Amino acid sequence: MRTRLASVRRRRVLALCVLLVLLAAMSALSLALGANPVPLEAVWQALVQPTGTEHDIIVRSLRGPRTVLGILAGIALGVGGALMQGHTRNPIADPGLLGVNQGAAFAIVLAVVVFGVQGVHGFIWFGFAGALLAAVVVFLLGAVGGRGTTPVTLALAGAAVSALLYGLISAIVLANRQGMETYRFWHVGSIAGRDLAAAGQIAPFLVLGLLLALTNTPGLNTLALGTDVATALGRNIRRTRILGILAITLLVGASVSACGPIAFIGLIVPHVARVITGPDYRWLVPCAGLLGAVLLLAADVLGRVLTGDSLEVGIMLAFVGAPMFIYLVRRKGLARI
Amino acid sequence: MRPVRDIPPVPGRRVLLVGPAAWTFRPRTIVVPAIGALLLVLVAALNIAHGSSNIGLLDVLRTLLGGGDRRENGIIFDLRLPRTLAGVLVGAAFGLAGAIFQTIARNPLASPDILGITWGAGVGAVALIVLGGTGGQTSGLVAELGVPLAGLTSGIVTGLLLYALSWRRGIDGYRMVLVGIGLSAVGYNLVYWLLTVGDVDDATRATTWLVGNLAGVGWAAIGPTALALAVLVPATLVCAHTLGGLQFGDDTARGLGIRVSTARGTLLLLAAALAAVATAAAGPITFVALASPQIALRLARTAQPPLVGSMVLGALLTVSADLTVRLVAPDLPVGVLTAVLGAPYLIFLFVRGRRGARA
Repeated sequence: MRTRLASVRRRRVLALCVLLVLLAAMSALSLALGANPVPLEAVWQALVQPTGTEHDIIVRSLRGPRTVLGILAGIALGVGGALMQGHTRNPIADPGLLGVNQGAAFAIVLAVVVFGVQGVHGFIWFGFAGALLAAVVVFLLGAVGGRGTTPVTLALAGAAVSALLYGLISAIVLANRQGMETYRFWHVGSIAGRDLAAAGQIAPFLVLGLLLALTNTPGLNTLALGTDVATALGRNIRRTRILGILAITLLVGASVSACGPIAFIGLIVPHVARVITGPDYRWLVPCAGLLGAVLLLAADVLGRVLTGDSLEVGIMLAFVGAPMFIYLVRRKGLARI
Repeated sequence: MRPVRDIPPVPGRRVLLVGPAAWTFRPRTIVVPAIGALLLVLVAALNIAHGSSNIGLLDVLRTLLGGGDRRENGIIFDLRLPRTLAGVLVGAAFGLAGAIFQTIARNPLASPDILGITWGAGVGAVALIVLGGTGGQTSGLVAELGVPLAGLTSGIVTGLLLYALSWRRGIDGYRMVLVGIGLSAVGYNLVYWLLTVGDVDDATRATTWLVGNLAGVGWAAIGPTALALAVLVPATLVCAHTLGGLQFGDDTARGLGIRVSTARGTLLLLAAALAAVATAAAGPITFVALASPQIALRLARTAQPPLVGSMVLGALLTVSADLTVRLVAPDLPVGVLTAVLGAPYLIFLFVRGRRGARA
């Protein structure tokens, strides 16, 4: 028994190490590849002792911020997705599908067009408020009738709320050409064209969100047994839930404010992480975060290489993620986790 | 026509017999479309009468019958009549498509908007507008025939995908809706990608078009749409006789002697084509397909959405929404209003469905 536990732990530690190495490799690729490829030695040179060459400028001021932002957003979305799936015990929970992204998007459009707010620092608070509101509304709707949320009710509540917000966003944006310009590039979800300041502005919120998420994981493990058992084991369910929603809001709201709504990372990553680490959320959540960063960077690099930077990462991920979603939906029974 | 049995299959209803065919006579299934049609004519006339220069209702009638002066002829025949006619055609197509999808999925939430058909049709149409090879200035034959055709093709492809992907030893309504949500995500992202590829003038145009807009629809677009509907609507109504059996589920339908896969596949394709033609003409005017069958069902008090009633109500809803938008905010496309009004209705349907009552 002891040896089996030890081997499971060894496997999990090994998996995290492999993911860290993968993330480092992906970051290097993200710095090196693009319309103007930079050799890896030059990337290293630019990071360690920049001399102001063309390569240094590309790496430090263009691809560097993009990569940092990609890592931050990927971690946030991966962890956020894992928390959502854990709290709803629902295999198709994802910030994009459940309307959380659209909620943040609506609040930010409102901020830009109606209140004239500019820059990530200004509208990040609107992003949080919108994300929180949409999350709460969708979960309440999904649980109407007292039978708890099921994959179907949650997805439909998310679709309904997204549709409403989409209509409102169109109404605002169509009446305002400047809003349209800002919106249509921000909206598809991209980590390009942002500077390091944007990453710096969301970083504190992400760190706080991650800490909350990690303290939330033991609670998620007991919640996975069902609320009755969790209560019997002495878990304060309300506190666990509130902690979870706070963490999700901070993580998703921050990443949406900086990168626009990126769907499907939160959907795919927890499933892969579950295969690697097993159902223990204390391991699953960190693993999902690293996987999210790797996947986001991979999608971004792929989009850059394939289409010369015209395929934003959010769209790229939808093309990968939607088939995955359909596969999950087609699975027999669409079981609860 | 004569009543044949002492005890009719539906208690309290008379039975009508014509040759080998028999119907249960339900007055509401005739009265509701009739009143709807009258209201439609009224709203359409108001829609034609209202505008930057108002024309009296009687003058509208006179002009339509051929007695108008040059100014009235110009305003009515060149601007307002095509817009209103487009509303009628598109609304009827959406209503019929929605009724069929909802009956087949046995779920009031199943409509072409939710199932991804409209976004699928949008992909083809926007691709042609943005990538048309004419620097975005699509015009002439490409714009008149190409855009509806591209929308129709990609809408039908989406319908086929939907059917294939949600088939797993039969069709389950909820699985179909969920697969549709996935397909919507792909279509939506494809459309937005196309918008970022195009230049901004085009993107603004395409976005306006994407939320569903009747403003730009001229005679050139109405011709092909009317032609397509003239084929599709009768075909659908003829094929729809199996719907009554299909609504009971696969096993019962098979027991009743219906070739389930063939019947359902045909109807799904026809409904997808209807939604795609409507989308290609005016963009996705959301929630018309969702709401009108449900309203028609409640008014007619039938077990499943009545097809003709859904068509009439779809047209009535669309033209009324267009008139409202023109009265309140003339610059906004009609799709914005239907989306903002329709989404809470979707949420209501969903909540009510959860409480146990089923449409």
